[in-house]
Amino acid sequence: MVNQTIPLGAAANFEATSSQRVLVFGGLALIATGMLFGDIFAVFVLHQNGGQTGHALLSASRAAAAGNAPAVKEIFGQIGGLLEDRGTKVDTHVHMTDVGYLAILLALVQPYVALSPRRKRVLAWCFVIAGALLPAGIFLIHYVGLAYSFSAVIGWASVLADSAGALLIVVLTVEAWALWKRLRAKISTSNAELSVGPSREQRLLLSGGTVLILLGFLHGAWYAGFDLYRHEASETRILNSVLDSTAHGPDGSAAAVADYGSLAAEKAVQIAAHSHIIEFGLLAVLLSFVQPFVHLSQVWKRRWIAVLLAGSVILPVFVLLELKLGLVAGGIADFGGLMVIVALSAMLAGVLRYSGSVDPQPGIYP
Amino acid sequence: MSTERKILVLGGLLLAGFGMLYGLHYALFIEHQTLDGMGAALTQAFVHAAEHDVLQGHASIDSYARLKYTYVRQVDVHSHWIGLAMLLIGLGVVFNQVSFGPQVRLWLAIALLTGAIVFPLGVLLQTAMKGPVPSALAVIGSAVITTALLIIAWGFARQQTE
Repeated sequence: MVNQTIPLGAAANFEATSSQRVLVFGGLALIATGMLFGDIFAVFVLHQNGGQTGHALLSASRAAAAGNAPAVKEIFGQIGGLLEDRGTKVDTHVHMTDVGYLAILLALVQPYVALSPRRKRVLAWCFVIAGALLPAGIFLIHYVGLAYSFSAVIGWASVLADSAGALLIVVLTVEAWALWKRLRAKISTSNAELSVGPSREQRLLLSGGTVLILLGFLHGAWYAGFDLYRHEASETRILNSVLDSTAHGPDGSAAAVADYGSLAAEKAVQIAAHSHIIEFGLLAVLLSFVQPFVHLSQVWKRRWIAVLLAGSVILPVFVLLELKLGLVAGGIADFGGLMVIVALSAMLAGVLRYSGSVDPQPGIYP
Repeated sequence: MSTERKILVLGGLLLAGFGMLYGLHYALFIEHQTLDGMGAALTQAFVHAAEHDVLQGHASIDSYARLKYTYVRQVDVHSHWIGLAMLLIGLGVVFNQVSFGPQVRLWLAIALLTGAIVFPLGVLLQTAMKGPVPSALAVIGSAVITTALLIIAWGFARQQTE
């Protein structure tokens, strides 16, 4: 049975043309797309890119051992391209999901924003469009490069990304100003807030999300305290040993390059685990706010919440285990990410059903 | 809206805007140049090795390490400011469900906002200042946030059992 309980005032704020609907749909779509992009990147690009970078570093050390400086420069040009490829894809994933989170947060404060519905809607569309253009621009940086650029360092794709980022800042500033205006005026917003009432589903997501964020903070503190400086010192030491080993002939640096690859993998899994567990915690907290708009039965709501929280734990835990268990753990981690995406898509479908249930039907008048 | 929720929601929005502004400034004026510098330093190190000048090679590696130290922290500051800002806004929406008195909730909100500003600021200062002060700020800021979050989680749990 579908849960028909609609929070007081919520339907009024979720009408077809409302800014809240634009932000909730836009936000959920950005998060789901950003996560799907991240999963595809993890499966098809990440490991291959790491392997190619290690291979190129080994080739560079061999070229250095052979005294071939032009080849060294050429290979480092390739390494730069590989790192840019990887970096821009990670940034695309992170920026798309984070703008999605911000969109949902903005949806929550819409009842407090002292602007006309039309202006709120325009701002909401600007935010969602800029939120899609920012990661699109970042993604294109690697492919567009400096073609036809007016600058020696910044290409047109960067200009697109930076312009979209500037638009996001403008929208956020106007929203903060309008929010401040409303709060100073002390106008009542009762019956106009998104419901964060004490339903069991909301509490499950809220407490689960808070625990995930806390675990992520503790892991981050541990990493910063015990691993960050050790990793930085190790990187310098290993790179120096790669240089030293070039004096022992073309094959002298293989072991040092392998050490460098291991260190890069160790850093990557620690950072990925830290950022993902916090992001998933935040996602769970945000999804607790939109539960009143998820038009699914309670049983299915709870099932999707369980899938989401399980995936949120599986991904970071198995990312950390990747160093010990290898690609099997990587595959399980990717599956955990897929669980989160599927649960999120199911909730998005529930919100679509909700919006359909509150929209006026053609030919039916009140 | 209560004072503590105003602190969290407005503070979060402003911090998110500031974090984005910092990110935009960084992307326009610093990031590309820093990445180019890192790439050039690493390439130069191996070119020196190819020319059998290992000492200069080590100097270039040191230069690369310094640039990377700064780069990692500058990127971390951008992501942490915005991430913490989102956490503040999200918590601001449900802060009335934290089962403590208004005074405790107010202090928790102030602690969260202060920690969210100070922790990334300490990390950023590590790139500009030497000595223990920046690291101390980062450690204290993160400890304040973590402790406040622990208490808030307890507040949510108390609400659930009551």
